[in-house]
Amino acid sequence: MSTTIIFTVVSLVALGLLFSVVLYIVAQKFKVEEDPRIDIIESLLPGANCGGCGLAGCRAFAEEVVNAPSLGSLSCPVGGDAVMENVAAALGQEAVKIEPRVAVIKCHGTVDNRARINHFDGYASCKVMASLYSGDTGCRYGCLGKGDCVEACKFDAIRIDERRGIVEVDEEKCVACGACVRACPKSIIELRPKGPKNRRVYVSCSSKDKGAIARKACSVSCIGCGRCAKVCAFDAITIENNLAYIDPSKCKLCRKCVDECPTKAIWAVNFPIKVPLTPKQEKPVIKTDNREEKR
Amino acid sequence: MKRTFSIGGIHPNDSKLSREAHIEIFPVLDVAYISMAQHLGAPAEPVVQKGDKVRVGQVIGKPTGFISAFVHSSVSGTVKAVEPKGDLAGNPVMHVVIDVEGDEWCEEIDRSKDIVREIPFSSEEILEKIKNAGVVGLGGAAFPTHVKLNPPKDKKAEYLIINGTECEPYITSDDRIMRERPDEIVIGAAIMMKALKADKCYIGIEENKPEAIASMKEAASPYPGIKVAVLKKKYPQGGEKQLIDALIGRKVPSLALPIEVGAVVQNVGTSLAVYEAVQKNKPLIDNVITVTGSCVPHQRNFLVRVGTPFSKMLDAIGGLPKDAAKFISGGPMMGKAVANMDASTLKATSAFLLLTEAETKRKEETNCIRCGKCIDACPMGLEPYLLNKLSRIGGMHDELEKEKIQDCIECGCCLYSCPAHIPLLDIIRVSKAEVMNIMRNRSAKQ
Amino acid sequence: MARLLVSGAPHLHVKENTQSLMRDVLIALAPSLLVSIYFFGFSAIKLVLVGVISCVLVEYLIQKFILKTKVTINDLSAAVTGCLLALNLPPSSPWWLVFIGAIVAIGIVKMTFGGLGQNIFNPALVGRVFLLISFPTLMTDWTIPESWFRTGVDAFTGATPLALTKEGLAAGLTLPEIFAANEFTFKEMLFVKIGGSVGEVSALALILGFVYLLIRRVIKPHIPLIIVGTIAVMTGIFNLINPDIYTGPLFNIFTGGVLLGAIFMATDYVTSPMSIKGMVIYSIGIGVITVLIRYFGAYPEGISFAILIMNTTVPLLNKYCKPRRYAKEVKNG
Repeated sequence: MSTTIIFTVVSLVALGLLFSVVLYIVAQKFKVEEDPRIDIIESLLPGANCGGCGLAGCRAFAEEVVNAPSLGSLSCPVGGDAVMENVAAALGQEAVKIEPRVAVIKCHGTVDNRARINHFDGYASCKVMASLYSGDTGCRYGCLGKGDCVEACKFDAIRIDERRGIVEVDEEKCVACGACVRACPKSIIELRPKGPKNRRVYVSCSSKDKGAIARKACSVSCIGCGRCAKVCAFDAITIENNLAYIDPSKCKLCRKCVDECPTKAIWAVNFPIKVPLTPKQEKPVIKTDNREEKR
Repeated sequence: MKRTFSIGGIHPNDSKLSREAHIEIFPVLDVAYISMAQHLGAPAEPVVQKGDKVRVGQVIGKPTGFISAFVHSSVSGTVKAVEPKGDLAGNPVMHVVIDVEGDEWCEEIDRSKDIVREIPFSSEEILEKIKNAGVVGLGGAAFPTHVKLNPPKDKKAEYLIINGTECEPYITSDDRIMRERPDEIVIGAAIMMKALKADKCYIGIEENKPEAIASMKEAASPYPGIKVAVLKKKYPQGGEKQLIDALIGRKVPSLALPIEVGAVVQNVGTSLAVYEAVQKNKPLIDNVITVTGSCVPHQRNFLVRVGTPFSKMLDAIGGLPKDAAKFISGGPMMGKAVANMDASTLKATSAFLLLTEAETKRKEETNCIRCGKCIDACPMGLEPYLLNKLSRIGGMHDELEKEKIQDCIECGCCLYSCPAHIPLLDIIRVSKAEVMNIMRNRSAKQ
Repeated sequence: MARLLVSGAPHLHVKENTQSLMRDVLIALAPSLLVSIYFFGFSAIKLVLVGVISCVLVEYLIQKFILKTKVTINDLSAAVTGCLLALNLPPSSPWWLVFIGAIVAIGIVKMTFGGLGQNIFNPALVGRVFLLISFPTLMTDWTIPESWFRTGVDAFTGATPLALTKEGLAAGLTLPEIFAANEFTFKEMLFVKIGGSVGEVSALALILGFVYLLIRRVIKPHIPLIIVGTIAVMTGIFNLINPDIYTGPLFNIFTGGVLLGAIFMATDYVTSPMSIKGMVIYSIGIGVITVLIRYFGAYPEGISFAILIMNTTVPLLNKYCKPRRYAKEVKNG
């Protein structure tokens, strides 16, 4: 009996020693020399592997940062300036400040604003839906509401509003990584500067249809009438393909265009409510939805 | 022994409800909306302007590339507008809108019913006539016929294969023309054989159309090169690759055309159009469309002028039936669900099918149980479950290419047969487009 | 006008679904169940009921309270597992044994891997093997419980033929001696008189279920036929070499769980390969391992272990055994 036990113990120990030696040799032989700074930088990053920087993940970003001569355009949208400052400090370089941005949905074609004319019965994906036809409303530019962006978002910052049939962004959670922008087959999501006190003005519509067609399909569509461009004192608004665009770098947030827009397609968010907007519109409702507003 | 293709396939109920309905001529309406994108390839360019007077058979759109086709007016009257209008999917396509006045045809068109058997034209003349008549493949893809009949010089077409399988359930337009106009179809085949300099021709017909088989056999008897082959009923027999496998036992390589194995496949409807184009100088301005469905009170087969709005055709059958839940242009396996009722018929429109909610509504997706039924069904020998899985992970394009997603013919057998109701083809179709795009970009770079 | 539906093609769908496939498996098990009720009476009914109810209950509780996902007991897959588990136990098993087996089968083997379609091993088989290892005495106690219909145990030996031969061989007897001592005849094995677990009593009833599954196209014939064929060929060869030690093909096919295993356990969709090529390799593997365990292993019966061992190869078989592709070569350019 005891010999069996001794034999077992001895042979197992011998095997263990043998394997450890082999493993050590292999590990030495195939050792990959890596810059130790990569590990340090990676530990400073948020670790979400979201790809918001345009690289495969945080590790890839760390490698890129270490190998690049200067930080330049490399930036982690998730961590923002705080993280980039740490990274720059670790590398002994100067951090480049990036203006904080947020994803905005350039469509407000809710069920109430934009009538559904058919019912999509296939796999619930915007990509699949867009490949088959123009969509379940009269507008072929707007939000399909199947949530490819929701799936793409690693930060739980976009959700589908089931009742209203479109998506909305939680601007507190949004880190402007741009995953949703890439996921949207209709290209209706834009990363815009957050703006002072999170206040910004933008056109919440992507329809390039002529005014009459756009209006018929959706009551809050941009009809390309150009009144906003005329009223803008800063030349911030351009009209192209029947669609207005507000250049955030020129916009001074005066909000004249908001009042001027006949279809209420221009949005001003996070401004204190001065007078109730047209009571028919949904905007005040959204405002109370907005967590930013409550604080 | 009856032949069929060797890999995969399914046996849906054929539901040929309208098979006994004679072809009726659908009345010409007061406005025609003629699309400039009725064929695969570059859309035609309108050559008429608002206010122009046009006659039936007059060219209103000219081809804009090698793979493109002429478009002719199907009515006579005044051009009301040349503008983009929604196609059946709601995407804008250039249309010529014509206000109908009378029914005045171009003089060169022979409108008599006499059958002309003599083919006094050379191969080049035939191709020119087919091209000028704007004939496209009527089997579904609407590939310009003159391009298909003009293979590269180093490739020899041994076989012309005429597709009379009509393997899609419900559709009966090919069945009806084979029963009512067999001689013209056979002459059309003889014309195409002459154009291709091919000496062998098979007309493949599935066994569920005995009358068509009989009439086509009789019509083909004077032509020693043309044989009618009876095929077992199995979907998708009408797929080019499957039909070639079934009839001559050859397999078309991945991403290659049938000419690679010495075959050219044309639909019976195309054959009829070729006959009319070459022997009667009649361009492709009308085609037979089946209007059917279990909820449709009267099953019909109509000869319809190109450019008739869908909604007007529904009016002719008494409006949309109450329990219709889906309106499909084409068959139930590969047809497109119509999102825009204001769209109008095309050259290659073969059927309007109305399905009820019970027949067509997708069931809720459940877990894959790895039963392998999609593998058994796939006629290309692919693994749809795997393609679905890889596609859903995202970014697996190299793996998908290795798994041959580009060979998918989008026949729908996988989605049809999945007991877990996984929307396999919905997902595979999108991934396939992405992979094909990547492959095209890569070969463009080389 | 009502809003019409829009979707990609195809617009038709088979009537078949997961539930109907599982229902067909249950129907196919019915003949064996009836035969075992005839022989074992109340205990057979009790075991199957406890098996089905406990499997469904465990799945329900886990989905509802632990995973908090949609409850999918309606797909009947848990019921099939419960039924198969019960059929794989000795007729005299106490009810709590079945319940423990159900917890292992559903709770550990199925749900921890992600539920239906995700598990690597056949749940019912792991349940059985777990019990066999944990409760060896109970699991090899082949005494026949009192029956409603038949008192007296005239038709049964009490131990399985496989166990008897194994013991006999170990005691130094030759096969003809063992056979003569126990009065085995093949007629008895084919019809009714095989001692063994609840589902194994009648080969004929199992074959009836097999035919039903084939007609309904629930399974393909490849796996069961190749397993049985492999066992027949292999035991045939060994039997020719030395008929005194190695039992012959008929004996091996009609005793123990070969038919139950080959028809109902090895063909489980989730844990068997999807392509024909994979099925062939998988089934040959099961056959060979079964025979090796029977001839040379410690246990008299090996098909459960054989199937579980081959289950582990299924992901690899699915990866490397591709179906016959239509297009062989890739055209360059």
